[in-house]
Amino acid sequence: MTSTGFWTTLGGHFTYFIAVFLMMAGLFIVIARGNLIKKLVGLSIFQTSVYLLYIAPGKLVGGTAPILSDAFSVYSNPLPHVLILTAIVVGVATLALGLALVVRIREAYGSIEEDDILKSDAAPESPSQER
Amino acid sequence: MNLAQHLPALQVVVPLLAAPLTVLLRRRTLAFAVVLAASWIAFAIAVLLWLKVDNSGTISYAIGSWPPPWGIEYRVDRLSAFMLVLVSGLAAVVLPYSRSSIENEIPARQQYLFYTMFALCLTGLLGITITGDAFNIFVFLEISSLSSYVLIALGRDRRALLASYQYLIMGTIGATFIVIGVGLLYLMTGSLNLADIAGRLSTVQSVRPVLAALAFLTVGISLKLALFPLHQWLPNAYTYAPSAVSAFLAGSATKVAVYVLLRFYFSVFGASQVFDQLPMQEMMLLLALAGMFAASTVAIFQTNLKRLFAYSSVAQIGYIILGLYFGTVTGLTATIVHLANHAITKAAIFMLLGCVAISFGGVSLARIQGIGKQMPLTSLGLVVCGLSLIGVPGTAGFISKWVLIQAALEHGQWWLVFLILLSSLLAVAYVWRFVEAAYLREPRTDCADTSEARWSMLFPAALLVVATIYFGFDSSLTLGSASQAASMLISGTPR
Repeated sequence: MTSTGFWTTLGGHFTYFIAVFLMMAGLFIVIARGNLIKKLVGLSIFQTSVYLLYIAPGKLVGGTAPILSDAFSVYSNPLPHVLILTAIVVGVATLALGLALVVRIREAYGSIEEDDILKSDAAPESPSQER
Repeated sequence: MNLAQHLPALQVVVPLLAAPLTVLLRRRTLAFAVVLAASWIAFAIAVLLWLKVDNSGTISYAIGSWPPPWGIEYRVDRLSAFMLVLVSGLAAVVLPYSRSSIENEIPARQQYLFYTMFALCLTGLLGITITGDAFNIFVFLEISSLSSYVLIALGRDRRALLASYQYLIMGTIGATFIVIGVGLLYLMTGSLNLADIAGRLSTVQSVRPVLAALAFLTVGISLKLALFPLHQWLPNAYTYAPSAVSAFLAGSATKVAVYVLLRFYFSVFGASQVFDQLPMQEMMLLLALAGMFAASTVAIFQTNLKRLFAYSSVAQIGYIILGLYFGTVTGLTATIVHLANHAITKAAIFMLLGCVAISFGGVSLARIQGIGKQMPLTSLGLVVCGLSLIGVPGTAGFISKWVLIQAALEHGQWWLVFLILLSSLLAVAYVWRFVEAAYLREPRTDCADTSEARWSMLFPAALLVVATIYFGFDSSLTLGSASQAASMLISGTPR
């Protein structure tokens, strides 16, 4: 690939590169971090990257909101925005539930580090711990 | 204004409305009554829809009268009607059971919230099954997932919280993968209606984004249905959740995910040629076999019965996915019929284990020794369901394995028949562990005065055990619907 070809590809797919970078960063945090809160942060970054993946292709340079008027002829696609509005709500609900679970886990285990929690449950056939 | 016309919408709306109503009522008896009524109405609607589809073919319902593909379409065909009956039927049976069951597991002042979450979970699962819109599937998937995280976290053991958290992480990654797949499909086709996407995919020139969409959807849905290497969330979730939740989720949540996979594979990607470019069938074969053997082997070494049968679920999902490998009507029939049979059997098992847990204070093999003498009905039910997991003639499990073996023979693959039988032997091993503890050991002295659970718990469970036997003798209902649905999926018509 010639160097101009490379830069054209990068420019044309710029939003996708950003989205994929965020996606991988988020997924990496979820896998690599043992802190339950940090895992949720990674999960949120991962979900947010998908918002960009949807919205970026819907925007046309110079396009306006889809209002029928003689003054405009180029419109951005409103549907991805609407879809992502729903996805954001879902993301917020997931994050809220996740954080609520972390609070309960801290109350029950006294820690939010995955390793500590697994260690305190590691004793085999321990009598069930009532909350 | 004809009510019968709006049955597809009511199917989802009735349980959805029941959820906030329970929060307003706040009394657990009232909440129970509302959700029970909603689930029975949902079951009645599902049966009506099923009969209607049987008579007059696919029903298409335009939400808000916006015609598809612009508006959201609810679409009931033979497969979704079958799934609606299965899911709402399980809910209608598990709910009466749950009332006595959760009294021992959830504090009284939180019990009404259990019914709220149950209604929402049912809404989500029914919504996934009935909708014909790709993004709508994601929304309903999250409704059912979020409520099932809460339901699992209601378990008494503190490990239920961690199980729920892990399921939340894995489930959200899975759902996000599904959104990415749907987004790529939307980018390539400009449509979210499943039937419309399928029509437009054949004209799409560049194949690579479609392949990426296929990959994202496959991985995302596989996480949800707990296909072998992605099953990590399932054993803990089923083990520590309240019994009624384990029973309902084991019977419906993973099965609905299988439905989504079938829907995308056959109704969306089926007509386009993307499958020729990837060794999908071989991959499915490998994962299914790995799941069947690895999970069954792990199940043999478990000491907690709930965990044992949770691993057995992973193995049984292997059989369900194995049917996809053949790509024939017989193979697909095996997938769909095993989906139903296993849902009924596994729900019965977890309900019976809930009875055991209340009487014995736990379900570890050491604790339930001699249960055959103390709870003869319950342990008999567990043995019958165990035989169904193995696939002994006279039980529902036999029918599905028989069809699966027929599919393998049609392909001329004798070695596969051998492997299916060999993995059934592993099932014999883990079911035997229960039989040995129940009938060949003496009862522990500290559990000497235990007796059968209450009838309100035993009767719903017994209903499913009887269904397990009934569908083993008269398979016209399950097998008949499954083969009709399978030939509909394979031929692509009549949509």
